[in-house]
Amino acid sequence: MSIAGLSAVELLAKMQSGDVSAVEVTAAHLDVIARRDPAVHAFLHVDRDGALVQAEAVDRKRKAGEALGSLAGVPVAIKDVICTVGQPTTCGSKMLKDYRSPFDAFVIERLRQADAVLVGKANLDEFAMGSSTENSAYQPTCNPWDLKKTPGGSSGGSAAAVAAGMVPLALGTDTGGSIRQPAGFCGIVGMKPTYGRVSRYGLVAFASSLDQIGPMAHDTRDAALLLEAIAGHDHRDATSIPQPVPSYTQTLDEPLKDLTIGVPYEHFGDGLDPEVAHAVNAALDVYQQLGAKVVEISLPHLGYSVAAYYLIAPSEASSNLARYDGVHYGRRAKDFSDLIDMYATSRGEGFGSEVKRRIMLGTYALSAGYYDAYYLKALKVRRLIREDFDKAFAEVDVIASPVSPTPAFNIGEFVNDPLAMYLADIFTLSGNLAGIPGMSVPAGFSTYGLPIGLQLQGPPLSEERLLRAARMFERETDWHRQRPSLD
Amino acid sequence: MADYTIVVGLEVHVQLQTASKLFCGCANRFNPDHPNTQTCPVCLGLPGSLPVMNRKAFELSVKTALALNCTIAGFTKWDRKQYYYPDLPKNYQISQYDLPFSYDGWLDIAADEADAPARRIGIIRAHLEEDAGKNIHDETGRGNDSQVDLNRTGTPLLEIVSQPDLRSAAEARRYLEELRLLLTYLDVSDCNMQEGSLRCDANVNLHVYTPDGKHIPTPITEVKNMNSFRNVELAIEYEAKRQYEEFQRTKHRLGDVPKSTRGWDANRELTYPLRSKEEAADYRYLPDPDLVPVTVTDEQVEEIKAELCEFPADRRERLQAAYILSAYDASVIISQGISFADYFEAVAKTCGDGKMAANWVTQDVLREIKERQLPEGSYPLPAEVLGTLLAQIHANVITTKSGRDVFQILLDEQSDASPVTPDRVMQIIDDNGLKVVNDTGQLTAAIDEVLGRGSSQQAVDAFRGGKENAIGPLIGQVMKQVKGADPKQVREMIVQRLKEE
Amino acid sequence: MADHITRHEVLKVAHLARLKLTPEEVEQFTAQLSDVLSYVTRLDELDTEDVEPMAHAVELTNVFREDEIRPSIPIGDALANSPKTDGRFFLVPQILDAE
Ligand SMILES: [Mg+2]
Ligand SMILES: [Zn+2]
Repeated sequence: MSIAGLSAVELLAKMQSGDVSAVEVTAAHLDVIARRDPAVHAFLHVDRDGALVQAEAVDRKRKAGEALGSLAGVPVAIKDVICTVGQPTTCGSKMLKDYRSPFDAFVIERLRQADAVLVGKANLDEFAMGSSTENSAYQPTCNPWDLKKTPGGSSGGSAAAVAAGMVPLALGTDTGGSIRQPAGFCGIVGMKPTYGRVSRYGLVAFASSLDQIGPMAHDTRDAALLLEAIAGHDHRDATSIPQPVPSYTQTLDEPLKDLTIGVPYEHFGDGLDPEVAHAVNAALDVYQQLGAKVVEISLPHLGYSVAAYYLIAPSEASSNLARYDGVHYGRRAKDFSDLIDMYATSRGEGFGSEVKRRIMLGTYALSAGYYDAYYLKALKVRRLIREDFDKAFAEVDVIASPVSPTPAFNIGEFVNDPLAMYLADIFTLSGNLAGIPGMSVPAGFSTYGLPIGLQLQGPPLSEERLLRAARMFERETDWHRQRPSLD
Repeated sequence: MADYTIVVGLEVHVQLQTASKLFCGCANRFNPDHPNTQTCPVCLGLPGSLPVMNRKAFELSVKTALALNCTIAGFTKWDRKQYYYPDLPKNYQISQYDLPFSYDGWLDIAADEADAPARRIGIIRAHLEEDAGKNIHDETGRGNDSQVDLNRTGTPLLEIVSQPDLRSAAEARRYLEELRLLLTYLDVSDCNMQEGSLRCDANVNLHVYTPDGKHIPTPITEVKNMNSFRNVELAIEYEAKRQYEEFQRTKHRLGDVPKSTRGWDANRELTYPLRSKEEAADYRYLPDPDLVPVTVTDEQVEEIKAELCEFPADRRERLQAAYILSAYDASVIISQGISFADYFEAVAKTCGDGKMAANWVTQDVLREIKERQLPEGSYPLPAEVLGTLLAQIHANVITTKSGRDVFQILLDEQSDASPVTPDRVMQIIDDNGLKVVNDTGQLTAAIDEVLGRGSSQQAVDAFRGGKENAIGPLIGQVMKQVKGADPKQVREMIVQRLKEE
Repeated sequence: MADHITRHEVLKVAHLARLKLTPEEVEQFTAQLSDVLSYVTRLDELDTEDVEPMAHAVELTNVFREDEIRPSIPIGDALANSPKTDGRFFLVPQILDAE
């Protein structure tokens, strides 16, 4: 009876019924990590001893009859851009190689309260900037379905860890698609919540007005369980929405009556891989068989979202990363002539090229004389993009689209063409600009056996609707039950 | 006609007296002896930390802006001012750029000439921002490391930017004094320039007059590092002379060269060129995505306005009118702060003589306060007791001199345990027989006796010879015999008597 | 919107961003940033004259915290990640105020 590959809900049932202890569950997953991670490289840091200590505590509490949290004993991987006491928080950067956060992120506090087992920190593109996890200063992560392919990014480590059965649950972060795209590439479920639904306290900032932490799991039930544990108001995040969190797990299995799905066909242009188009259309057929209505919608400004995003995100990033200067924490260069040289050398050596590229782009867009033409213009286009979505959601309940124009691409494919990689985020980053929730659901495989993800987006705070819509599709298919064969 | 006029605009930063810092819960307390002990992830700018605005800081700011006659913006937001400096951990300062919370106010100051009408100094804007930490430089000159203390990082700062309406170093100083007085009245800051809770930078340039009566504006210099009002005055005077000499040498006008920055050296009393830490000053402002805008309704503004205390300028005028005080007396009383002005009014109301009350509080009471180093708001005698005493003098029940004696006795008897009461005043007067004697009979007898003495003859002759005050000693002797006699009355009676003979 | 960036501008921006770049990086970024900048000029196709800029993805206002003191972190934690410290201060190369 192998434990690895089971969902969190299945594991919880086994532990509650006493079939298996939390220590056994954690030990089993640590074995999978030991066996598979040398090939996948999903983790930057595995806290073996810490994980077993947490598991023992769960078993002790259960034996003593004490109340247990909603994720008691479930191993969870944390994208290494989320502050976690007692473990490194490197952000995939040389700059924070030895950095230890003195405080837990809000979501980490919540996971500890839920008695989850924090197994380790997952690899990512440096400071979450990228779509392939190749920008990590430490190692690229490989796609468990084909080790020559990228797992996507920037939450590539989290996605690969779940897909490879190393953990049933992981936290990722999404600024321009960084949960949804890797989830799609690795054949798992990933959700970017509404902006403000999950606190950003303790999330190392990339683009503060776009970043959100979200769940990554095998299926919608596990995703709902994890989202329930981390969502909610946090007074330490001024942009955190002060509204109660509905119980996603309770209503998950209730199908949505006369669901209307909007599809922006105008954007299924030439760059779209035909197999991806086929998988999406097939999924829409399933919905129609379930009684849902599929209508064409128009998002006239969607085509401008990449341009707007690559001015807004770099501008905020150039400001958010100004603090990494080797003065109060982080890596300080060895040799420099004076204070300013210390700054420039520490940052020149500490950051990778994609981070430097985006800092340069953002600094330029905000510099004297260019603010109005670039940054302010982008903020106005962002309003137009949001208005498109508002109009669309007046007509439809959810919007369906591919997550990414292609399945996972090769490691190294875009290494010297950053703009091409940026363009591949066309379907996801508009959701971040608008602040609306979106999720990726496994919807098929390419002829080369690479997973294809279907994206569902909804109006602000419609997480429950999205999960129920996704569950309707999931119940009719078994894409989410497929597992890569690695050993 | 002077060759030039000095043009000064002042940028004042005031630390607000909140309990906690602007964006975190760390204590807002001056604590230089224990560096880096009042910090947290937020004010250290650690990765993952987020700011949340301190409500009280915003309220104190609105209160101050209203007292400065500013308009309060209905919508305001916070922006990031980006520059690199070791005392600024995030390498950006959360400040306000294009939509400050208040703008277009003014502050009246006394004109240079005593009785000229008040001078109205415009206030461009006031905005709320976070303070940086402190860099401590190695003074040995051996080029050792600088030390950085982030205790002060994140302290709420109100920046008040004046129009360049000030026309002299003295006006600049009076503007700062009036501003500090207003801030202490509003109880928003302790305005301690030594501890840095009030800081001032001056933008100084000249209007150099040309023969045709027009004038040429010279380039502006920002003068920093002035740690007292005195030094602000000295620095501006120094800068005016330096800039005039430079103008004659270079003929540079405003706009010919970029704005320069100079620091004030209080020891050598000169300004030296200073590399502005904000350098090419491209601050790459952007709206802070971590903070949401603040909207203020008219009702809220009215609410805060209603709670405002009486401003020093208004109270100064009221005291002058209500108690017939000179502008000088009124300003001395006002400058001691709200509590002292309350004390004065209580004394004045009790004794009914504003002028006398002003004299006693600004001299005798202030002297006692200084000698006994009494803390703010505590006084050597309760106001009603002093008022009762002054009422007796006012009513000629006792003389001023006796009043002083009674004052001394009351001071000795006064203790926190058993504070003296108003009726004690009358008891002391009676016990010591200090009442001014009005029945002239007793006085006449005493005068006759003194004049009759052989020893008085010399004085009498001198008086008759035209030396008016020769009779001084005679008055003294009569006073000894008749305690509580009024010297003015005794003098008149002696003169009368001598004229009759 | 300029649709490219010159090598001189790249050096100026690098200084503003306190980034020491290798000569190769300067060449590479000049080309790559120009690609991106020329791509983003498409935003000029849109008339955004009277469109409200959208700096936040959520319409919240007036979010405050009460003026209550919370415990600070011990000096040990504050300095724990410091590259250079004497146990009391963060240490940096000499800061030159005067020119
Ligand atoms: Mg300022
Ligand atoms: Zn703090």
